[in-house]
Formats: sequence, structure tokens, C-alpha cells
Amino acid sequence: MSDVLLRIKNLKTWLGTGAAPVRAIDGIDLEIKKGETFALLGESGCGKSMTALSIMRLLPPVGRIVDGSIHLGETSLLDLPENRMRNERGGRMGMIFQEPMTSLNPVLTVGAQIAEAVCIHDADPQQNIKARVVELLRAVGIPDPEQRFGEYPHQLSGGMKQRVMIAMALAGRPQLLIADEPTTALDVTIQAQVLALMKQLQQESGMAILLITHDLGVVAEVADRVAVMYAGQIVETAPCKAFFQTPRHPYSRKLFHSIPGRDKRNERLAVIEGTVPPLDQAFSGCRFADRCDVVMPICRHQIPQWDQYTEGQGVRCHLQGDAEATVEPPASVKKHAVAAVENSPPTPLLSVSDLKVYFPIHKGIFKRVVGHVRAVDGVSLEIPVGQTLAVVGESGCGKTTVGKAILQLIKPTAGQVRFDCDELTQLRGEALRRRRADLQIIFQDPMASMNPRMLVHNIIEEGMLAQGIGGQAAERRIRIEQLLEQVGLSALAADRYPHEFSGGQRQRICVARALAVEPRLIICDEPTSALDVSVQAQILNLLQGLQQQLGLSYLFITHDIAVVAYLAHEVAVMYLGRIVERGTVAEVLDDPQHPYTQALLSAVPVVEPAGRRKRIYLQGDMPSPANPPTGCHFHPRCPQAMDRCQKSYPKAIALSGTRSVSCLLYGTEDPASEESWKRDL
Amino acid sequence: MVKRADGVSGYWFPQAAIVVVISAYPEHCRQPNATQKNPDKTKRHPLMPELVVLWTDALIFLLIALVLLFGRLTASREHLRAPWRTVARSRMGMGALVVLSVYVLIGVMDSVHYKPLLPEAERTAEVTHSNEVQSLLDYLLTPLREQQEKTYSAPLATHLYSKENIEQADGQMVRDYPRLKYGGAHLQDPQQEWAADVAWTAIIGAQEALLAWLSVTGIITFWLACRAGRSFFQQCQLILYSRTEVPWRVIFIVLGIILLAAFTAANLGVKYHLLGTDKVGEDVLYQTLKSVRTGLVIGTLTTLIMLPAAILMGIMAGYFRGWVDDVIQYIYTTLSSIPGVLLIAAAILMLHVYMNNHADEFASLVERADLRLLFLCIILGITSWTGLCRLLRGETLKLRELDYVQAAQAFGVSHFTIIIRHILPNVLHIVMITVVLDFSGLVLAEAVLSYVNIGVDPTMNSWGNMINSARLEMAREPIVWWSLVAALIFMFTLVLAANLFSDAVRDAFDPRLRGGS
Repeated sequence: MSDVLLRIKNLKTWLGTGAAPVRAIDGIDLEIKKGETFALLGESGCGKSMTALSIMRLLPPVGRIVDGSIHLGETSLLDLPENRMRNERGGRMGMIFQEPMTSLNPVLTVGAQIAEAVCIHDADPQQNIKARVVELLRAVGIPDPEQRFGEYPHQLSGGMKQRVMIAMALAGRPQLLIADEPTTALDVTIQAQVLALMKQLQQESGMAILLITHDLGVVAEVADRVAVMYAGQIVETAPCKAFFQTPRHPYSRKLFHSIPGRDKRNERLAVIEGTVPPLDQAFSGCRFADRCDVVMPICRHQIPQWDQYTEGQGVRCHLQGDAEATVEPPASVKKHAVAAVENSPPTPLLSVSDLKVYFPIHKGIFKRVVGHVRAVDGVSLEIPVGQTLAVVGESGCGKTTVGKAILQLIKPTAGQVRFDCDELTQLRGEALRRRRADLQIIFQDPMASMNPRMLVHNIIEEGMLAQGIGGQAAERRIRIEQLLEQVGLSALAADRYPHEFSGGQRQRICVARALAVEPRLIICDEPTSALDVSVQAQILNLLQGLQQQLGLSYLFITHDIAVVAYLAHEVAVMYLGRIVERGTVAEVLDDPQHPYTQALLSAVPVVEPAGRRKRIYLQGDMPSPANPPTGCHFHPRCPQAMDRCQKSYPKAIALSGTRSVSCLLYGTEDPASEESWKRDL
Repeated sequence: MVKRADGVSGYWFPQAAIVVVISAYPEHCRQPNATQKNPDKTKRHPLMPELVVLWTDALIFLLIALVLLFGRLTASREHLRAPWRTVARSRMGMGALVVLSVYVLIGVMDSVHYKPLLPEAERTAEVTHSNEVQSLLDYLLTPLREQQEKTYSAPLATHLYSKENIEQADGQMVRDYPRLKYGGAHLQDPQQEWAADVAWTAIIGAQEALLAWLSVTGIITFWLACRAGRSFFQQCQLILYSRTEVPWRVIFIVLGIILLAAFTAANLGVKYHLLGTDKVGEDVLYQTLKSVRTGLVIGTLTTLIMLPAAILMGIMAGYFRGWVDDVIQYIYTTLSSIPGVLLIAAAILMLHVYMNNHADEFASLVERADLRLLFLCIILGITSWTGLCRLLRGETLKLRELDYVQAAQAFGVSHFTIIIRHILPNVLHIVMITVVLDFSGLVLAEAVLSYVNIGVDPTMNSWGNMINSARLEMAREPIVWWSLVAALIFMFTLVLAANLFSDAVRDAFDPRLRGGS
């Protein structure tokens, strides 16, 4: 086949030496054709990035390739001497990394960094290097490239930086672009921009893309072919369409079932029990056997062979992709009906009105206040007992600040936070301390949210001690063990340290810690965004189960629309410190009214092609909350902006009993109210 | 001493400052007297030497107690034990630790002070104890301490270093190098016998060292073998090929070298002056060994004194921020912008004046010198806490934003508990690294300060004072080099061992390096 660009055969990469090296990649074969987008899909720790680094021969010092071959065109990459390999890197192969913030040198201008790549790989003495850099910047859709040439990385936003990274990768006119989670660190609207850009560049230059990702949605949007990795091996390869219609491997099927969404609202999500097995052993059976629902005796003691049954489609499973054995979620899991809380009379447990959090900006020798970062600028919301309100928005819109201000971890600048019958902003000292038992928080990063120097027992006990509940030490001990079992952990976990647990288990401990003080409202600050999709399903199931058992209310802060659709009752969409639209889940997600909500929802990558909306691409990035645009904050990026939008911030207009939207497209013009807004501003 | 004070700066500093110092320290100065003048004690144990606890002694024992306490705490916590286990596996670290322990042993022995009983004949009803304060080390080194010559003599010499008029048996005056009173006094004909005697003594010393080494290593190996359930021979093989987790081979080699040096020195030191004598004929080996305590006290007590301030202020500044941070930052930027030497000089000179005016409050010279040493530690502590404070502030600023601190705040945990439970344990590694790294710097600082006469009391043995006296000795013709060399060798060994050990500690505790290995 002459159209094969990259061919990997039986690649094995091991980390470390000694008795038990970690077999990060244990014999993978793949082929990438010219001009196609090949997605490598898998959870963290399954060897995706190691594959990319092996291709580039950029392995960490402990890593080594022990077997196999990699051919780029006719060249065998593993046989090249290092100096010729350097020409290939950035020459025929370009690479972009996950974190654009740390991939650029902060003390060099953007232009200089791209020019460096140009000089090495595209040195044409006739050609002006600067002209080529500007051309590259223009190609990746950076506005005003001549100006940007002389700017430093900190002057660019995250999306811009990722564009610069792509421009650098393109400098050598690569035939293969390796993109290692290129959009994971970006917001959905920016992710949509970057993915569209990559697609467009591919069409222009005909390069192949090896896209490494964990996001099924992204794969569905851009990939031509997919390979699923599990524990260092490829378990399934298929053309994208076929893969999403009928995934063959039980692991792939489980992945699909564990994605949350609207249609799964009233059922528990399928979870993949257990964790990825440690890779420092030699396997004697199928690697997935311990977590597989359709495991057979043969799986335990015979390694499944690669089974290629059509062109470009194959699976590594003893079932050989038998479609009959499609994994249906077990009956006990399926219809776990949610109590009909949605119709319960809404008695607000928490009501926030006109909450404002401003951070002063100091300047000069005397630290004069020259302005404010308006992180939260007049947010009002209500959460009824036993319900979930999701706050959705991109990073930097102030959603986390809202959560912390409600908890009084950050002192609000203005506004009221009424919980039950207490005004939290007025409480001081002991009274506030007592109230803290009712409101708890679960953080995003389960690594950072527990003191690594404390035992799990002490971590959970901390809140009980501070609140003086739980009685004597022995009683507390019993309670802690109950809590651990309630969140699905063994009681033995109490005497271990947090680092002995996986991410999902740690998040469970965090939930147990919050539950220890018997709260009535839990603020969940992106509790699943640091977790893999199968683990995310476990946590979401847990949170939903607890809500039904204990009647908890959640304020769910997230950027993931699928999670919102699965878990929330009401949604509030935030943009630049303000809520632009709110309503029930059905209202907002099915029929978004605000142009921003519409754009946000359309940017979310969706697995099922039927579920896709017409993509609305937003231009630019979110403005700085220190200096918001006049009038409607969204008007500079709004596809439906009118002249009026620049003049005044639109008032919230109630469209129905439960929803309201802040946009001038709706409601009648009311000059008086506009005037009042102007005065407020 | 007054002359020295005049010479350096004169009495220009305001009287008010002296008054402050005087009124601030009276209890400190009086308390040691109280323990000594306690008449009941002496009556109850009339035949025991009277224990004297100097201020620095008390602090050293406090420090040892703290270290033991910390050790017990460490043993019970896995996360604390893990880095120390890494230290225990480091060859360089363990070798250095053996050397350090020998120094510490000498220092601790020199910190047990007492007043010896007077000889039976001189005792009266009231006075049973000598007025002179001695230490355990003094007792062990009695031959070195008491064999005082007239003036300079070279290492291992049998004659003085300078010619004198000697009256011979026939009444004739001859100008020659006189024989030493103690050094090589047993030799009939020094010129003939000296070389053989020195070599023979050294060989005997080496044999004793070998014997001691074999028994010590044998016991340790036997203990290890018992613990691991191996045979003695197997354990020997493991150690020989360096297959043990803790590098016992290195430890045994270093121990062997130290024992060899110690036994040879002990044998030679009794018969000769191994490192010569100084101007007043005192044994230089004795001086250097006595200086060990001074160096250790400066290196450790200074840290002990500055630690509470640095930890408290650093964490407070980082945790509370706002005006607390402003005030603390103001204090440490101001302090660190004053030249440290100037501050030390001013404080020491003020103390000096106070001591001269209240000479009757000090029972002995040792006590007086001790107070000055303590004061030096305090001053060095005041000038050196800012670095650690700054580090801790930065780390705390980072930690307080972490989710687990926020979670604790959301539970309504009090600030004090958060600091003790969440912040302090997570900055301890920085404290540990700084303490160990600072030690060698402080030992060297003592030498420099004593050299410019603002260090320890001139009557106190210290390497700095030895180097200071070498200023004049180096100008003599022929030069007297052994004082300087002896001080340098001992100081160099200590500082090198401390530096190597601190490297091992830093590698084990630094999270960035730990991730890399």
C-alpha cells in the first residue's frame, strides 16, 4: 500500500529497568494513511502519549523501545541516528502538546519561537523568514499576524497559544501532525475553533493527523479512523462511522454506556468496575477480563489474538466482536427510577441575590486601587431542597467564585446569601462556624483536596471535630466507617493515606468527608472533570444516589453539558460574571434562547451524529472581567449583535415561570429600564 | 578586655541601649548561680561532684530531647519516615553521619559540667568542691589538660620551640632548646629513640584500633544477622559486597578510619603533644577538641533559637496575608538590610560592658564565657531567621490556596488548627533542609566573628580564637603553624561532613528531586 504514511509494527516500549519494568506499550500495530485523521482513544495511563513519544523518539530517560519498528514512508525511524532523527522531528513530523501555557517559552516573542522552527526546517535563503512566520500565523487564523509577531506568550490567550503551537508544528510542512490532547486544556468554544482549524489545515496541506484524546465526542467530530487503547494494547480499530454504530470490544461498549446524557437521566450510568491493571506484570489472559461483563473462562488464561475481519477494522477479544453479545447494562443497573423530585414544590433552601465579588487591582508604589476584577457581578439564584442547580460556563466566567462566595470562603463585595433563614453574609464567628456544617464543597482535583500527610480517618474526622458532632472517638470511628461504606469504599480505607487511592476513590473520600458533617447543600466544583469517563460515571451515580437517599441539594459547577443534562434539574449559564440564561434543564438544553447558550451548546462535541446541532463558531476569546465590554458583555462575539447591545446591559426577562434570559432579542424595549441599567453601570 | 572594647569602637553607643540590655537579662544571668549556690544539694550528697548546668548545656539537652521527640514522631508516620529512609540508603550521607556523630559525642561529653571534689586534704566543712568548673571531656582528657609546657612546642616534639638559657648541672649557662616537661619526657636520648618510640606507639594504637573496630563491627553484624535471620557469615558477605540496604560497608570503613585516628592519637597524646603546644604551653589537641562544642553550639542553638520566630512569622505572613504580611515583611526586609556583622558587633560590645560592670554576678569564668556564647547564638539567630521566614511565607502562600485548606475552612476549622494540622506538616521539609544547610555556614561564621574579636569569649576554646591567635604566630620566624592547621583540619572535617549530610537530606526531602529519581 503506497498511501500508508506511518506504519507501526509490534512496538513495545518499557519504562524502567529491573525486575518489573512497566510495559507502557506492549505490542501495538497501526497504520496511518496519508491525509487521514487517526484518533487514538483511551483513558489516562493506557499508553497513548507513550505511543506518540515513541514515534518521535522523545521518551523520558527511563523509557526505552525494546521491540518493533516504526516506518514513516520508507524511512525506518528507529534505525535513524539521532542527528537525522532531529530533522524528522518538526520536519516530516510535527507535534503539539496538551498544555499550551507551558509549551511556549515565556521570555521569547512568539515570532522568534516560530522563526526558530522555520530556520531549522524550512530554511530558504531567498525567502524572508519573517514573511514565512507571518504567513504561518495567518494560516492558523491569528488576526493581525504582523502585530502578534513581536508579542510574548503571556499576551495571548490559551486558544491563541495553541494556535501558535500549531503554527510551529506546521513550520516544517509536516506530513504527519501528532496532536496529544490538543484541546483538553481549552474551553468548548475554543476547542471547536481549534478542531475546525486543524480540519481546515488538513484539507489544505493534505497532512495526516494522529489525534490522541480521551474524549469520544472529539473523536466523533473529527476522526476518520479510531483505535481504542487499553492497558498498553490496541483493543479495537475501526473506521469512525462503524465504530460509533457498533463498537465491537466490550470495553468500547462500556465507554459508550458510561457517557452521561439526557436520555440516561433516570437510570444509573453503566460503570466499568475496578481500575486499569498495573502494567508491570506479564499478562496471561485478556487485560480487560477483570472488568468485563461478558467475561468467559477462556479470557482468564488465554491472551486474545488480534482479529482483523474487514479492511481497517479489527478487535482483540475472544468474542471476536460478536455483535450478538452486545453489552446491555444489567437489569439491576438499568431502571433505577429517580424519585419524582422534579415536581416537588420548590421551597428555596439557598437563595442568592445580586451577589458581587470584586477583586481590587493594585498598582504603583502605594498599591492604589485602580480598578476591580468583576469576577462575579450581580448573580442571583435559588436552589430548592433536594434539587440540583448546575452553573455552566467557560473557564474564567466566575462560576467557581460564586461557589466560594456562597460558602463565605471569599467575602462577597455585595449581595445577599440567604440559607434557610440565615443571612450568611451577616454571620460572624461562632454562628458562621455552626452554619458551615450545612454547606459543603467538593473540589475538582482529588489530589489537591486532601492533605497528603493525614490518614483518611483523620481527613474525614476533621469536619466532625470542628463541628463537635459524632460524639466520642469510638462513635466517630463507627460513623467514619459507615460513611466510607456509603460512598462505596471499604472501611479498611480509614487507615490509609490518600496517595494509596486512585483518582475516583479519592473523590469518593472527598464526598465522604463532606457528608460527615451532615450537610444539606453540597457545592460540587467540577468534581468529575479530572477523572476518566468511566470513573466519572461512578461519581455521578454516587452523587445522584445520595441525593435520593438524603435529600441533598447540589450546586453543580461544571463546563460539561453532558453531565448537566444527566444530573441537574435547573441550569444557569454564566458569562463574564453574570448569568445570561437560566431555566430547567429541558428548557435550556432543548431550546436555548441566549445567543451565547446557543453557541456554547453547539460547540460541544457530540457522539451521536443525530444529536449534533448546527455549529455556531464564536470569534475571539472571553474578554477580561477587569475591563468588560460596555453594554451586553457578549456583544463583541455575538453573531446576532445589534447596535443597541453596545449601549446597555440587558435586563433579565422572564420567558416562563422557571426561565429567564438576559438578551435584547427578547422582551419589549423599555427605555426606562435601560436608563436604570446605565445608572447602575 | 576593657582595652579591647575601647579599641574597637569606644563607648559611643547610647547609655539607654545598655540599660535596656541590662534590665532585660538579669534573670538569665542570675539563674545559673542559683543552681550552684544551692547548699542543700551539696549537703545531701557530700561525696559527689556537684553538677553545674550552664545555659547552653540546658539548651543542648533541650535540643536533644526535641530531636528524640521528633524521632519518635517520625517513626510513627510513614510519610515522615520515607525521606529518612532515603537518607539512610545514601552512602555519602551515612559516611558523613558517622563523622558527625563522633563530633556530637565529643560535644555532648563536653556539655556535662560539674565541679569536682577537692582532694581530701584541702576539704573543709564549708568548701568541699573546687571552684573550677569541669566537663566530662575534661576528665577524659586529664593528661592532655594537665601536661602544660612552658611555651610553644612543635607537634610530637621533645624540646621547646625556642632557645632558652639552661643552667646545667655544673652551673654553666647554655643557650639551647630545653627538654619538654611532659612531651617525650620518658626518652633517655631523644635523638636516638624518638622515631622508634613514635612509630611503636602509633603501631600499638593501630592494633588497639583494629581490635576495637573488629569488636564493634562484629557486634553490629551479629545484630543485623539476628534481625534478618541470616547466618553471621552470610551477613558478612552481604556487607562486604555492599548488598545491604543501609550502606554498612561505608559506615564500617569510615568508623575504621576514625577509630584508627582516635586510638593512635590517644596513645601518642599521652606521651607527646600530638599537635604541639601553644604560647602558654597548652596542648593544641586539647584545645581543638574543646572547640568542637563551641562550633556545635553555634551551629545548632542558633537554629533552635531562630526556628520558632522564622516558622511562626513565615507561616503567619503567608496564611493571613493583609496587614500581618505587611508588618512581617517590613520587619524582615529592615532586618536583612542592616549589615549583620554591625549588629552582632554592637550587641556583643554592649554585653561586654554589662559583664564588666556586673562582674560579681558570675561565679566563674566558664559561666561568663558561656553567657557570651549564648548571646552570640541569639544575635546570630536574630540576623539569620529572615531567609527561612521568606521561604516559608512563599510556601504558605501556595499552600493556603490548596483545596484541602479551603475544605478545612469550609468545615469551620479554626485558623490555629489549620496552621498546625495542614500548613506546618507540609512546610517541615523546607525547615529540615534549611536547618541542615545552615549548620556549616554558622560554624564558619563563628570562626570569622571570633577572628575579628566579636565572637566567643577569648577565654573560651574555639576554632575562631585559635585562628585569631595564629595571626601572630604566622608572623614569627620560624612560623608556628600547628594551631592554625589543627583548627582548620577539625573545622574542615566537620563542615565537609555537615555539607555532605545536608546534601543527602536535601535530596531526600526535596519533592522535585524525589519525583525525578
